[in-house]
Amino acid sequence: MNTGDTAWVLMSSALVLLMTPGLAFFYGGMVRKKNILSILMQCFIIMCLVSVWWVMAGYSLSFAPGKGFWGGLAWAGLNGVGLEPYADYAGTIPHQAFMIFQAMFAIITPALIIGAFAERMKFSAFLSIILLWVTFVYAPVCHWVWGIGGWLRNIGALDFAGGTVVHVNAGIAALVTAIIIGKRKNIDKSIPAPHNMPFVALGTGLLWFGWFGFNAGSALAANGLAVNAFVVTNTAAAAAGLSWAIIEWLRNGKPTIFGVCSGAVAGLVAITPAAGYVNVVSAVIIGMLVSVFCFIAVTVIKPKLGYDDSLDAFGVHCVGGIWGALATGLFASKAVNPAGADGLFFGNPHQLLVQFYAVAITLVYSGVVTLVIYKVVDAIIGVRVNEKEEAIGLDLTQHHEKAYTILE
Amino acid sequence: MKLIIAIIQPDKLEEVKEELYRVEVNLITVSEVLGHGRQKGIAEVYRGAKETGNLLRKIRLEIAVNDNYVEPTIKAIVKGAKTGETGDGKIFILDLKECVRVRTEERGSPAIG
Repeated sequence: MNTGDTAWVLMSSALVLLMTPGLAFFYGGMVRKKNILSILMQCFIIMCLVSVWWVMAGYSLSFAPGKGFWGGLAWAGLNGVGLEPYADYAGTIPHQAFMIFQAMFAIITPALIIGAFAERMKFSAFLSIILLWVTFVYAPVCHWVWGIGGWLRNIGALDFAGGTVVHVNAGIAALVTAIIIGKRKNIDKSIPAPHNMPFVALGTGLLWFGWFGFNAGSALAANGLAVNAFVVTNTAAAAAGLSWAIIEWLRNGKPTIFGVCSGAVAGLVAITPAAGYVNVVSAVIIGMLVSVFCFIAVTVIKPKLGYDDSLDAFGVHCVGGIWGALATGLFASKAVNPAGADGLFFGNPHQLLVQFYAVAITLVYSGVVTLVIYKVVDAIIGVRVNEKEEAIGLDLTQHHEKAYTILE
Repeated sequence: MKLIIAIIQPDKLEEVKEELYRVEVNLITVSEVLGHGRQKGIAEVYRGAKETGNLLRKIRLEIAVNDNYVEPTIKAIVKGAKTGETGDGKIFILDLKECVRVRTEERGSPAIG
């Protein structure tokens, strides 16, 4: 047991938790003002729902020693998950420290999907979909990549902090949901402008801050690897924010705060799977390029295909996540992390194939199961609010509250 | 000269604007207001305390037009804002005594358009 490691992992857990309220403001600023509370509510209720689910069942399903598809219920209710280290996951910190760190990942992952169906989902349907999704999508995928006996882990897929498990997984679920729930009403003529850009910037700041826990915490120790992850995380976010601003400046004539925020988040997404395997120069390249890919996804591909991924959960998280996972297969180096692998640019083209395979499996599995979950919930209780409720806004119709008063 | 004041649903603003441009009414003032007519507001609940019958958000348009533009303007607003549901809104038409364009100090009909 190492007190320094334990302190760092607990601190990192708190940092990652803060990302979900950060995400709430990042997304909340982007919606119309009649819907901001629905976004905050969805994020906060996920913190409540998934936290309870995680200790009762989720951690066991995801991390209990493998049965192939998922971990089973041996550790349900944290049965046997104690305060001594569990060496197969982290040898120097209490098992429950690892458990609570992972809990925060299970919370933010479904919260990312909110961006796709923002402003038009019924709250009851939302709760049902999230609970089914974490159980039947997050837990298995998490088990495959990170659990003992997980088969993607066994074939050597590298995912340091969740590029595939978190971002590709949530991102493809976002695309599927955005397509089947359909466009928001009356958005063909003009896409509504974000109602509070300062909130978007605030949320981005909290995400960036929390992401140090996400990536550097994933070293599960206060050591050199954590420092490497911290440095490349900050570098990739910075490079991507810069890159998005430059693209906008060249293409639209002016750089925007929205662009810098989008770029920074895309950079954080892309470096996530790579953080423990790549050096700082690779991080600059990964960050610079992710903004190019995400910019094309949200400004060219999305309008062309016509789906309404309202807040670009797919365009930033899935596209950025795929790039990050593949970039790990390009730039990974044993000089950074002997426990990792070399990527294509360090003489091992096989790694890129493995990364591609893990991404493809996640895209197909998450996409299909998300579709099934959506259809089931839609058949039983209906997923979308009616037109009138959508016009009035989800804050008043789903929660009987409103964010802003006009009088007083 | 008439002053047309219309109260419409917020999500109908884009359609109304489009209809107005179509009949060449380009000068409008828009503000956000609260109100309800027959349509009741939605109850709000804060920590268990219920506020009933609250006011709903509406959009208020003010358009000053010459007489020959009155009917096309009304028709355009109706076309853009009508759903047939309670709460679609109201249009008020008032006589307009005078109009001054600040830049040129023109008065009356020429100053409106």
